[in-house]
Amino acid sequence: MSNQTPHDWLNEHGDYLYRFALARLRDTHLAEDAVQETLLAAIQSQTYEGKSAPRTWLTGILKHKIIDLIRKQSREKPSEDLSQTVADEGVVDEFFNESGHWADRPQAWAAPDDELEQKQFLVILQNCMDRLPKKLSRLFLMRDIFEDDNQAICKELEISPTNAWVMLYRARMGLRKCLELHWLET
Amino acid sequence: MLTCKQASELVSQSLDRSLTRSERWSLRFHLLICVACARFNRQLASIQAVMNKWLSDTERNEHLQLPLQAKLRMSQALESEIAASRHRP
Repeated sequence: MSNQTPHDWLNEHGDYLYRFALARLRDTHLAEDAVQETLLAAIQSQTYEGKSAPRTWLTGILKHKIIDLIRKQSREKPSEDLSQTVADEGVVDEFFNESGHWADRPQAWAAPDDELEQKQFLVILQNCMDRLPKKLSRLFLMRDIFEDDNQAICKELEISPTNAWVMLYRARMGLRKCLELHWLET
Repeated sequence: MLTCKQASELVSQSLDRSLTRSERWSLRFHLLICVACARFNRQLASIQAVMNKWLSDTERNEHLQLPLQAKLRMSQALESEIAASRHRP
């Protein structure tokens, strides 16, 4: 173990871990829970060998805690259950006709260039995210956690990688359409 | 030949996994000849770029801190966990 105490972890990395969790869970209470669970798990675990920076190590634990929380939530609220995905099949099919061509062709929009435009774009993007089914926006927000280890994380979430890609696809289709409607207007 | 629907799925998946060589080639070809899918590809890329930037900005935003209450609560929880772990073999 390093000579840092768990209280040092809280003081030096607590805020960072909180921001990491908050960005992906978008819920202050859940984010606090995730941080607390992470620190407690860190005390119990003997895996820290000083090979990586404490922050990297703690963030690694946090990622799993975020997944745990999401899985717990999906058990409590069936509407947010990640493993139930088939119901909203129609959503994407609206965009294509039977031969697989665009029925609703993407309209041109200007990519957000400068900082101000990126800010405006982000506000609209977040509004659009709130309109998505919660499980889709959740998965979309944690997709960078997936990049670490696709297979293992899907297993923890009890979904197949194929299902995850389908959900991310639906999330992007929904977001893109919503941005097309609202970003163009600004 | 890919349909636009298949191409759009590959565009999305290319952000989440490495496409196989043949998927890459057929997608590349489709994007060369299909204006709508090429546009779709650029739009998804810019959504992803803005998202990534927002995530890393949020992680660096020092104004965003654990509420004091939560910090105190955690500090106590750590204290009792440390005490408990001393009694464990």
